[in-house]
Amino acid sequence: MSTATTILAMSDGGYLAAGWLGAIVLVGGYALMTLRRGRKLSRRVPEGERRWS
Amino acid sequence: MSDPTDSIDPFDGASVPAHTGSALTRVLGLSALAALVVWALYGLVWSPPDREMGDLVRLLYVHVPVAILFYAGAGIATAASLLWLRGRTPGWDALAVAGAELGVVFGALTLLTGSIWGKPTWNTFWTWDARLTSTALLEVLLIGYLAVRRVDPSPAGGSVRASILGLLLFPNVIIVHFSVDWWRSLHQPATVTRLDPTIEGDMLVALMVGMLAGALVFAWLLVHRFRVAWLEQQVERHDLDAAVAARRAEGGLSPSTSTSTSEAQPA
Repeated sequence: MSTATTILAMSDGGYLAAGWLGAIVLVGGYALMTLRRGRKLSRRVPEGERRWS
Repeated sequence: MSDPTDSIDPFDGASVPAHTGSALTRVLGLSALAALVVWALYGLVWSPPDREMGDLVRLLYVHVPVAILFYAGAGIATAASLLWLRGRTPGWDALAVAGAELGVVFGALTLLTGSIWGKPTWNTFWTWDARLTSTALLEVLLIGYLAVRRVDPSPAGGSVRASILGLLLFPNVIIVHFSVDWWRSLHQPATVTRLDPTIEGDMLVALMVGMLAGALVFAWLLVHRFRVAWLEQQVERHDLDAAVAARRAEGGLSPSTSTSTSEAQPA
């Protein structure tokens, strides 16, 4: 049985799925957005001013 | 006073890739991913259902860690705002905006997971309870902090006003945290931030693993967001210099003089 099926089979499985998936989607989406902003801005700054690599 | 950017790896002379990643973020990211897997296994599979709440307790393994990280984001914004007001070091301003933005994300998640837990438990998604209302107020304050910065992004204007607002954030965290003790509240009192936690066994482990995984994700995001804020400052400075040079060229003056107010370097 997959993890998703296990969760939905629990009592209040819908609420559990909404809470856990909501967290993953929100944080994951924000992480992707931040990485994308970083890539976009990095191209506009000379190499010497992004010294963390 | 040291600049928070001092901890960034020194430039090693090699070609610099155009992103905000580094060895530090790779280690943090991989550790966070591993901790997230263990968190999901403990939270959803290995820990038992609660005697009273049943499987709904598994939502608290998300809700409690993100609520603590919500506090952390607001606390970082307040501390960095204070340090920026004292020394006007650009790095503290970048850290303040990074902390505040992460606070907004984790605050939204706190309210979302709390509401989802509240519906089957309290039979409502929302009630004007002291804890819920003060949490929503803190979220609004954090959004307001970011909005003030956008109105006037210059260090002399927006950063000063936002930093003063930033000083109010952590005092509100204290109000949110103690609201369940100071007022009659539907929300349960502190569970893990007391010396004798009211949960134990695998349920306590699930919560602690959740906090560790959440902290690693938060740290990874904070480093990336801090670097984005740093890059924004540099782009703004270069754009200003380019605009001034263009105006000087129009007037037949030498374009060599920099007008930047921020000359700090990240390493």
